[in-house]
Amino acid sequence: MPWLSRGLNKGVVTTKWPRNEDRYQSESLSNLAQVRPGATGLHQPEAAAVCPTGAVADRVEGMAIEQSRCIGCGACVAAFPDLFEFATGSAQARLVDGNHEASEVEVAALRTAIATRTRALGRSVHLRHVDAGSDGSEEWEINALFNPYYDINRLGLFLTPSPRHADLLVVTGIGATGMLAPLARTGEGMPHPKLVIAVGTDACSGGLWAHSYAGSQGVTDAVPVNVWVPGSPPTPFAILYAILLALGRLPDAAEGSGGGRSTSMPPRPSRSSPQSTSGSTSGSASAALEVSRKEGPT
Amino acid sequence: VSDLALTSTGRAWLDVTTRIEAGARLVGLYGTAGANGTDSTVVTAVLAEGDHLDLLDMNVEEEYPALTPAVPAAFWYERVLHDQFGVLPVNHPRLDPLVHAGMHDSSNRAVQPPRPGERGAAATQGPAPGGPAGTLGPTVRLFPSEQALPRHLRGEGLFTIPHGPVRSGVVESLEFLVETPGEDIPRLQIRVFAKHRGVEVSFEGRDALEGVFLAERVEGTASVAHASAYCQALEDLAGVQIPPEAALVRMLHAELERIVGHLEVVARLCESSALAVGLAKFTGYKEEVQRLRHDLCGSRFGRSVVVPGGVAPQRLDQTRHHREQRVHTLRKAINHDRDLLMVTSSFLDRLRGTGFLDPTRAAEAGAVGPVGRASSVAVDVRADRPYGAYRDLQVTAATPPHASLGDVQARLEVRLLEIDGAFDLVEHALEELAHLPEHELNWAHRLGHLDGRATGSVEGPQGEIVYALEVRDGQLVRVWPRTASMHNLMLFHDVFHTDVLTDFPFIEASFAVSNAGVVL
Repeated sequence: MPWLSRGLNKGVVTTKWPRNEDRYQSESLSNLAQVRPGATGLHQPEAAAVCPTGAVADRVEGMAIEQSRCIGCGACVAAFPDLFEFATGSAQARLVDGNHEASEVEVAALRTAIATRTRALGRSVHLRHVDAGSDGSEEWEINALFNPYYDINRLGLFLTPSPRHADLLVVTGIGATGMLAPLARTGEGMPHPKLVIAVGTDACSGGLWAHSYAGSQGVTDAVPVNVWVPGSPPTPFAILYAILLALGRLPDAAEGSGGGRSTSMPPRPSRSSPQSTSGSTSGSASAALEVSRKEGPT
Repeated sequence: VSDLALTSTGRAWLDVTTRIEAGARLVGLYGTAGANGTDSTVVTAVLAEGDHLDLLDMNVEEEYPALTPAVPAAFWYERVLHDQFGVLPVNHPRLDPLVHAGMHDSSNRAVQPPRPGERGAAATQGPAPGGPAGTLGPTVRLFPSEQALPRHLRGEGLFTIPHGPVRSGVVESLEFLVETPGEDIPRLQIRVFAKHRGVEVSFEGRDALEGVFLAERVEGTASVAHASAYCQALEDLAGVQIPPEAALVRMLHAELERIVGHLEVVARLCESSALAVGLAKFTGYKEEVQRLRHDLCGSRFGRSVVVPGGVAPQRLDQTRHHREQRVHTLRKAINHDRDLLMVTSSFLDRLRGTGFLDPTRAAEAGAVGPVGRASSVAVDVRADRPYGAYRDLQVTAATPPHASLGDVQARLEVRLLEIDGAFDLVEHALEELAHLPEHELNWAHRLGHLDGRATGSVEGPQGEIVYALEVRDGQLVRVWPRTASMHNLMLFHDVFHTDVLTDFPFIEASFAVSNAGVVL
């Protein structure tokens, strides 16, 4: 009984994002570096040498940072503050095609394809996590999504212990060779349609362990990844952004831009909107889900 | 014994055992291949004696008398030596693979993985900066064999529950084979190798100053502690004392990391006992501390704060007062809920007497951190070998209020005491930093020429973290990180005397082991 009042006394701390803006989501410093907007087209060959993961490249069009390899150590920002800065906001997930970042043309096609696949999932999406050689911090950040500040159950996202019930596979780690077989088995055990998110720079590219005899430069070769979230580790908001991106449930204003910059987003009538509670819609969604589950491996 | 005394290895071993009998503590054993240009392995014993760490080397050809029968703390380290270097400790009680289990390449040929130290300073495995991703691949990828360890039943009426490596919830990969007649857990096997990342070899050949980024990611939930231990070793090599303001910042972040680590344990115990409000409250506090760390340094895990020679430049702006207020409010709220938690009988009933770690066993194995302190092993690096800002503060090792308990509740009580102690240190650091004149601050000293071998150690959230480094002309030749997780997980075999399967999550949460730091 005393716990009940303790729980109620605290009030509601849960974020309203993505329906409403959350400044911790949109404005706080991210742990990824980027080229300063004013510095595009500049060249600084020495800058590439300061990056411990080889994410900084001197290209024809100017300096570039491959975000999938950035661990946010800040070495480039410290050495060349005129060229590089830390990005802000949590919109750092990218749709991927195979093991490379999708081009703008491909993104549109991928988005349509994913939206078609995930339509049936509606507002009941189950996550299964596999650690394929992480440093342990990504697990904390994924777990944080279930604390009262994020509480992603409110968006119809749940954890499931069984791959048989999972729609979304969240993979962390460098693709440690000892975890490749268990990871592949987990992926195979999931019904269709399924989505795979690689969480963390380690999972995208192997990060600092990319050259290890026991790593695989990320998990993209082991499972068909749909979305990358770089960051070492990515913040809970960045992971949530990635999940919603994979499900095609990001409000338009939050997509592509700095992430939820607009102050309010009107609720959308479609099923992809978290506000949708129409009985007939959810009914057909669950019916479709039934069908798709039966198509999956048994 | 007389046979032993004839060889130089034997004499070195006798030295180790004599010193341990005289009160030294074995921190760990590690090997280095190809040292002195020979093909033999140099095995180094790290001993904690009084206020310093001592390194004792011995050359090992192919086999040597195992240290484990005389020094139980060496048990897992000798298994690792066997895996990594192929050396054979004769009379070792159980030489099953630990980190390398039947490694083979993609065409199924057995291959010995690179031996740590082998590539040394000659290694050129650093990334070619700016090169295309495709050209940076490892030369040979090696895979462990899933059939490498015995999985069969060992007694009448026993059956095996394979638990892992993919487990329920969001946890690190680790496999337990629980052998049980139904309820009790008479025997447990821990298979850690699935997550092996090749950490030690990945350090080699890198620039020593850059190595701190790797150290932060050896055990991601204790980044500040790892970076500090690593940097201490470098500073020792360079003969540099970090500026006092940098020492304060390191302490501030290390103690916040300790608070978060312990809050995680409290939350997991609440989860295991189905105390939903407790879980929500303590995960909420954890989030608040993570956001505070993010506001202080831009990283929720305190990454890139600690740099060799000091800390990265800090902003001490006008929000000072606000921060102190925030810490104060948070501390009050945590203490308020802690007091209720420790009188909630549905919670405490699950902890009392569960996962008993015998103080004698804890002492002989040299248990570290809260696990050791709860079983009367009063080891705390902040007290035993004070470093940085702790030199002036006289931290004492926490002891559980009900002495010699050694169960899950004792480990929780030690952690709760340490949360309170850590808040004291955080408040102290914030106050001291607030009084510093902003324009005269020096955050880091330059480290000069780096060459030689040194150690660094700190008290991380889960206990003692030790780094032994060998550097040649600023390049890393051999790096040996020893985590508290590695040292304590060995004891996980010994805490299931009277416990049943449903006690498992409590015992595991109370150990708070990060497998990333075990199998490296």
